[in-house]
Amino acid sequence: MTRSGFVFANLLRKKTRTVLTLLSVVTAFLLFGLLQAVNVMFSAGADFVGATRLVTQARVSFTQSLPMRLLPEIEAVPGVEQVMWQQWFGAVWQENTQLFFFATDPARLHAVYPEYVMPDQQWKAFEETRTGMIVGRILADKYGWRIGDKVPIASNIFPQKNGSKAWIFDLVGIYDGKDEEWQRNTNLGWINHAYFDEATLFGTGLAGTFTLKLSNPDQAAQIAQTIDSKFENSPDETKTQTEKDFNLGFFKQIGDIGLIVRWILFAVFFTLLLVVGNTIAQSVRERIPELAILKTLGFTDGNVLGFVLAEAAAMCVIGGLLGLGLATLIGIKIGGGGNFPIAVDHRVWITGVLAIVGLSLAVGLLPALRASRLSIVDALAGR
Amino acid sequence: MSETMVRVSNVYKSYVRGKQKVEVLHGLTIEIPKGDFVALMGPSGSGKTTLLNLIGGLDRPTSGEILVGGQRIDQLSGNALAKWRARNVGFVFQFYNLMPVLTAERNIELPLLLTDLSAAQRRKSVAVALEVVGLSDRARHKPKELSGGQEQRVAIARALVSDPTILICDEPTGDLDRKTADEILGLLQVLNREHGKTIVLVTHDPKAAEFARRTLHLEKGQLLEQAAA
Repeated sequence: MTRSGFVFANLLRKKTRTVLTLLSVVTAFLLFGLLQAVNVMFSAGADFVGATRLVTQARVSFTQSLPMRLLPEIEAVPGVEQVMWQQWFGAVWQENTQLFFFATDPARLHAVYPEYVMPDQQWKAFEETRTGMIVGRILADKYGWRIGDKVPIASNIFPQKNGSKAWIFDLVGIYDGKDEEWQRNTNLGWINHAYFDEATLFGTGLAGTFTLKLSNPDQAAQIAQTIDSKFENSPDETKTQTEKDFNLGFFKQIGDIGLIVRWILFAVFFTLLLVVGNTIAQSVRERIPELAILKTLGFTDGNVLGFVLAEAAAMCVIGGLLGLGLATLIGIKIGGGGNFPIAVDHRVWITGVLAIVGLSLAVGLLPALRASRLSIVDALAGR
Repeated sequence: MSETMVRVSNVYKSYVRGKQKVEVLHGLTIEIPKGDFVALMGPSGSGKTTLLNLIGGLDRPTSGEILVGGQRIDQLSGNALAKWRARNVGFVFQFYNLMPVLTAERNIELPLLLTDLSAAQRRKSVAVALEVVGLSDRARHKPKELSGGQEQRVAIARALVSDPTILICDEPTGDLDRKTADEILGLLQVLNREHGKTIVLVTHDPKAAEFARRTLHLEKGQLLEQAAA
């Protein structure tokens, strides 16, 4: 027998209680893993885009489009290397599956987003096919689309001139991301703006946003200010910000996700603290005489403190790792093909491991201190 | 038996219970030679268990000196006292106080986790201790699968396994029937006579005291008289 063997033997003293407590820890960390992944996606998840691009939108809201006539004026601003535009298509696949599709200029998309990796032949096909569309790998895999497919995509905003909201596009390219992070974001589809602009019943000559590639990212703030002041007091006032800020703003329209997630996690962990803390405290109370015997045999106060703390830690570590492991598996399952690519990655795990350590100390320290400070004589006498 | 194992000199011990101060031992002086088997008798509240706790290093006197095996233990710190207990004292209690989650052999092995012995050496020591108490065939049984007498034998084996210089027994037969009690006391007698263990036994039972070499009577925290067995 080893000391850790003794700890585990004590942990299994009341199997049902241990299993139920363990399940509550597993569930809490499963929730933690998934919510933290959502939090990462909404707060830090925009980090990967870097700061080399600016996005110009209508000052009031990005849901309001800007006229294409702003394009030459934006292009003329010193420091702006390339400009692309994109129009939200409101794509719907089959019955009711909403997809993230944008109408854009293929050549400009290629120039502004070198992170999208696709054979030149497919880029060329996208430029030359008026009804062409390209999609990210995740989307293609999810729906089993192959190059050459004719894909019917409806728009919940834009009907064609014939009044039909059903559009059909030719899939001419499937792009990947330049790295893991970008690959996780290959869940978008792009259609040719020239075709869209010609075929749509309304909304011609408009762009949802302009995305600007800068020659020197250090000048981003200055360029943004120049552009916005250029259109100040005009009917089409703009708001220009980094792509990261734009993405965060997009997510935050739903609400302050970070705050919501933090509050949910606070509630979960507070409850967990009470459940596990009570279990450990009860377990210590039940065996005061046994702890006194350990001290009688020569185990020091520190040894006894270590035993109780180790029991609490074992419960939290086993439950926590199982919960985070499950969250990772579920994250892979649900995050891979969705519009919101959540991933229980190393950032979530680092926070999770810190939470495990914190929880172990929070639930174990007080009972462990109580056990270590036991008076042998009083404990053996049942006082 | 001339070498002194325990010397208790002018020891006072008082407790505070609620708002009251209770004086338990009043200037007690006792000497126990090495290899002795002493029974402490006396009415409840006479200070028997308190004296036993002080000799075993479970408690400290309010004043006075306690030497065990030549070492003054009343001045040791908590940790030093714990380490001293691990090396020098074996304890046997009325209600056995075994760990219910561990088998007999693991209960016996528990004090050895405080030593530098290897797992193989620990197993060997446990086997010897089990043999001494006659329970080799019950090594894998948990306490609830053993009778009261067997549990007490396991407790004695746990007390013996680290080869202590003194055994402290607090009413070890108080929870056992006469026959089993006599077996346990006979075992203690063997440990005293054949293995040279110094034993201090607290008991209310005059028949149990007959197994000791001598009996000390305590009353109101003071020694009354000394009777040789």
